[in-house]
Amino acid sequence: MVHTTMEGSLFEPTLYIVKGMCILDYEGNRILAKYYDKDVLPTTKEQKAFEKNLFNKTHRANAEIIMLDGLTCVYKSNVDLFFYVMGSSHENELILQSVLNALYESVSLLLRRNMERRVLMENLDAVMLAFDEICDGGVILDADPTSIVSRAALRTEDVPLGEQTVAQVLQSAREQLKWSLLK
Amino acid sequence: MSSLKRDVKDEDDNSSNPYQNLDKTIVLQETREFNQTLVIPRKCSLILTKILYLLNQGENFTTQEATDAFFATTKLFQSKEIMLRRMVYLCIKELSKLAQDVIIVTSSLTKDMTGKEDLYRAAAIRALCSITDASMLQAIERYMKQAIVDKNPAVSSAALVSALHLSSTAPDLVRRWANEAQETINSDNAMVSYHALGVLVLSRRNDKLSTVKLVTRLSKSHIKSPYSLCLLIRLAAQLCDGDDSEASQPYIDFIECCLRHKSEMVIYEAAHAIVNLRKTARDLAPAVSVLQLFCSSSKAALRLAGARTLARLTTKHPTAVAACAIDLENLISDSNRSVATLAVTTLLATGAESSVDRLMKQISSFVSEIPDEFKIIVVRAIRQLCSKFPRKHQSLAAFLAGMLRDEGGLEYKAAIADAIIALVEENPDAKETGLSHLCEFIEDCEHTALAVRILHLLGREGPKSRHPSRYIRFIYNRVILESGPVRAAAVSAVAQFGAQVPELLPNIKVLLARCQLDEEDEVRDRAVYYSTILETENPQLINDFIVNIPKPNVVLLEKALRDHLLHPEEPFNILSVPAEEVVKETKKPIAEIEVRKPVQMSIEEIYAEQLAKIPGIEKLGPLFKTNLPIDLTEAEIEYRVRVVKHVYARHVIFQFECVNTLNDQILEDVHVRLEVPPEYEIKSIVPCQKLVYNTQDNVFVVVEYPCAFIDSLGSFMATLEFVVRDCDPNTGTPDPGEGYADSYPLEEFEMGCSDQIRARAGGDDWEQTWERAANVPEANDTFVLSQTDVGDAAKAVCEHLGLPNGSISGDAVKEIRGGGIFRGGAPVLVRARLAGSIAGVTMKLSARSPREDVAQLLLAAVG
Repeated sequence: MVHTTMEGSLFEPTLYIVKGMCILDYEGNRILAKYYDKDVLPTTKEQKAFEKNLFNKTHRANAEIIMLDGLTCVYKSNVDLFFYVMGSSHENELILQSVLNALYESVSLLLRRNMERRVLMENLDAVMLAFDEICDGGVILDADPTSIVSRAALRTEDVPLGEQTVAQVLQSAREQLKWSLLK
Repeated sequence: MSSLKRDVKDEDDNSSNPYQNLDKTIVLQETREFNQTLVIPRKCSLILTKILYLLNQGENFTTQEATDAFFATTKLFQSKEIMLRRMVYLCIKELSKLAQDVIIVTSSLTKDMTGKEDLYRAAAIRALCSITDASMLQAIERYMKQAIVDKNPAVSSAALVSALHLSSTAPDLVRRWANEAQETINSDNAMVSYHALGVLVLSRRNDKLSTVKLVTRLSKSHIKSPYSLCLLIRLAAQLCDGDDSEASQPYIDFIECCLRHKSEMVIYEAAHAIVNLRKTARDLAPAVSVLQLFCSSSKAALRLAGARTLARLTTKHPTAVAACAIDLENLISDSNRSVATLAVTTLLATGAESSVDRLMKQISSFVSEIPDEFKIIVVRAIRQLCSKFPRKHQSLAAFLAGMLRDEGGLEYKAAIADAIIALVEENPDAKETGLSHLCEFIEDCEHTALAVRILHLLGREGPKSRHPSRYIRFIYNRVILESGPVRAAAVSAVAQFGAQVPELLPNIKVLLARCQLDEEDEVRDRAVYYSTILETENPQLINDFIVNIPKPNVVLLEKALRDHLLHPEEPFNILSVPAEEVVKETKKPIAEIEVRKPVQMSIEEIYAEQLAKIPGIEKLGPLFKTNLPIDLTEAEIEYRVRVVKHVYARHVIFQFECVNTLNDQILEDVHVRLEVPPEYEIKSIVPCQKLVYNTQDNVFVVVEYPCAFIDSLGSFMATLEFVVRDCDPNTGTPDPGEGYADSYPLEEFEMGCSDQIRARAGGDDWEQTWERAANVPEANDTFVLSQTDVGDAAKAVCEHLGLPNGSISGDAVKEIRGGGIFRGGAPVLVRARLAGSIAGVTMKLSARSPREDVAQLLLAAVG
């Protein structure tokens, strides 16, 4: 586990800043989680226990940041989704906060602002890609939501007609009409 | 129509989640889909997502399952669909940790990373590096170097970050790629230049001079990325850490300049660095004012960052923090409890005596709303405050008592009780009030463990108070009302009063007689035990069996009892178990959330396991004492050896802890040749078969003590003997061929008196104990000591005898009082009087022990 040094001391000059990121649902169940340091919560069992504990301490009070089990955890929630980014307790909180913002904003863009568990599950593949684009093995890869999304939202819209809403059908019909007119 | 559909979905929540109740075997079967000649991207992508989801939920895949899934996934390289390909990369990364033969995809990934599709390339590089090991690195090295300098920022970043990861297995790699990284450091893309900086820093990790150059150059250029700046600040801070010379000034200027950056992240990084570097409060001022601003930010992370860094300052610069008192006070009611608790503890730590009352009032308004773990932190802070401002004990104790009455879990209550107990022990003025608060608390305490502890404390402190009788009622009420364990504890407490306050004795006897009718065995047993001893009215008996009972170390007692069960024919001797050491809690900064306390273990416990490996160890009987390790070599030398002396009744085991600090050597058949003083006899040696680089291993030598105690003082010469075999520094594989024998002389070490005695300082009743021992053999002598200062001399004598420094009293004439148990179980009492004169320090030393030779030995040890 991470040990908090008792004397205040300098931050370590390292790029390995993120210890973990996760998205939990409204009951504290894991939707997606990644841990990047093999010394921090090495087993799934420990991770899930930590997540439960974290959720219990954070889901009611929206206080943005908490110190738990030697980790600094920043968090943000929306309806039934809870986003967390974890770093060592001896780390610049604001860097972690910037990673959380990147995660939250990217997912929000991917889900077209429909931040709900149901929508997220439908786009789970894209969210997994976003995770992969934000952090690679603990190193912040990118923190700009638009560039992250440009590399994670790759789905070509091939939704069958039956599953589209009326509005969507109308929209695409309008598009097609426009293109045919422009030709 | 759409809303209708959504309603239906919401009602049946699970159907909206395609990943609920996934079955691993079914998902794995679905991967057959990948073998189709024409794959349907959307379908396959969903299957891959399912696999990833299962892995992420912690589902166990066997190596075979993972390998099968991995190979099925590789089939999907035939599809050109971007999303699918990206999911394939992700799967490769995840499965490569579990599957075998993952290098099979190397060529496919290499093709993708050098291909035309930009969206493939970055991700392909990262996937490739996750399956590559040092041996395969050469094949892709050329492509990686190209990728680092690629125009596409994502590709460049991917290559740089992969280089960082790979350097953990191939350390020299980052140096080979440093030139390419150098080229990209000025990239327009913030992340690329951040990652390039990371690679450069790593490549210069062991080279301070080039790090200096790097930092100097970059601190003058205009770096845009806040992340890069943070990293640079950390480097600069590291360079001037511990360096007070002029040379560090440019770095400090750079860090100070960063305080004015527009990004909060950078400002905080700079402030944090300054706070942890600077020595004087004046230099701190700009950083502190930035942190002060943070404290009033609307973002909780900023407030926490500010409060936390200020809290760290409390130990070094309380005045600098005190200036921020108003900002911190505003944080007391913060919605983020971490922030609020930090603010309170910081204020308590820095506040003046005059502000304590006001602060306590503010805390009481908020303390009921916070969770237990934060309350505990506040309680600890108050406890520190009690020792800082003893005069404030009245209001602090009242506050703690108030908290004690509120709702709370055991841990919280125990923390409060601890605080009051500490108050009672440290501050004689607070004793009466503290005890009466505790009395009140046990009237209505649902935690048995806590009630027992408090009763024990009342038994210990109550008889010494001014009105011992008033506590009896509280304690005896427990006997009437509580459960078995509490009643038993109450009986013990009452007996203490009987033993120490003669005027109460008749009444106590009556109470104890009543307790003999209790339904619980333990309560009756105790009552009978105490009554019988009190009836004798023999002060010696009462003292030894009620008032001053030696407390054995519980862990070792358990071990000794277990050993005893293996050999029940020998009577059990409780004196053979080392007594509990009183460990003073070290003072620590109070304003810190989440401090992990290392488990406190006595030295005997630490070594018990290692000693158990010695064959025949059980014949030596129980361990009497383990002494602190002594270095037998210089610190910076090829082989480091320390000796630990484990003392038994008639034997001593020398444990030589050896460390080989040469990475190109393996030592085999390591043993120690020991030259012992006359009368000592070496019984056995347990050599160490193999000593590899940087791993501690032990050689044990079992030696029998001389028959006469007096002969046991002496010194030992040791030589380390071993066979050297050269080995590969990187892999540790030994070179073929025979090694050669070599030896290494170690420093001489002593067997002294202090090694063989478990000593303690004399308590309050030492004088009576000394008098009672008037008829046992006594040894006396007068010494002239070489020291000129009486205090130093007294300390030296204590060290020789193994007594703690606490046994010294007096000013001009120092008096040492102490006692202990010698190995074998002989008790001994020591008294020494030291007086200084121009000629030196004169000491009169007396030792009393039933074993006269032990008393003689003590004198010999000093002489």
